[in-house]
Amino acid sequence: MIWVIGIGGSLGAAVRFVVGYLVSKGTRKENVFPLGTWIVNITGSFLLGLITQLHFSNDISEWLWFFGGVGFCGAYTTFSTFGTETITLIESNKINTAAIYVATSILVGIISATIGFYI
Amino acid sequence: MIIGGFFGSICRFALGEWIHINNGFPLGTFLINLIGCFFLGWFLTFVNQKGIIKPEFALLVGTGFVGSFTTFSTFSVETLNLFREGLIFMAFLYVLASTVLGIVLAFSGYKLALKKTQVM
Repeated sequence: MIWVIGIGGSLGAAVRFVVGYLVSKGTRKENVFPLGTWIVNITGSFLLGLITQLHFSNDISEWLWFFGGVGFCGAYTTFSTFGTETITLIESNKINTAAIYVATSILVGIISATIGFYI
Repeated sequence: MIIGGFFGSICRFALGEWIHINNGFPLGTFLINLIGCFFLGWFLTFVNQKGIIKPEFALLVGTGFVGSFTTFSTFSVETLNLFREGLIFMAFLYVLASTVLGIVLAFSGYKLALKKTQVM
């Protein structure tokens, strides 16, 4: 079982990296709104909400839950990068951007998880 | 990075299983995210200043391991679950404590790395 989580996690980390790369290609500037991580965390929250609902209702196998939910979604989204990006914004005196980043990540994140769960 | 993601996810799961309390508060994810914030804040600053660590290694540890170790999606869904169970206060406490402490710890990690390199 632990392998399944690891493989899901590897994929999640890789997709996160690709999304971050594609998004940052458009906005090359430093110290702007960290859109890559934002998108990753919002879409990942939606997906995990959806998978959690399927897991609770026993519509997916335990295997798929560990692979997609614990492994993939868990690794695809990230809290540590969210924290350090906020610090970077604060350090470069972009207090408003930092506040908007934190507030919208959490609010939209929980809302998209809710939508995923009840869809 | 993929290797880092592999081990990061497994460590998250193992630690999450190990830390279990039954009053509803998602302590496992909470601690995992805080530890990850502190470490990444320290690590990224350290790597930036030193320049002796290979970029590939920074990617493996930073983006791969720590990025996969911490999780935002579980945080969102756990908050949703607390709301669903009517534990409104607990949900707010979880969100506030995770965010505030996460940012404070990331900042502490960052400061720690600065101090160390200045001394050297």
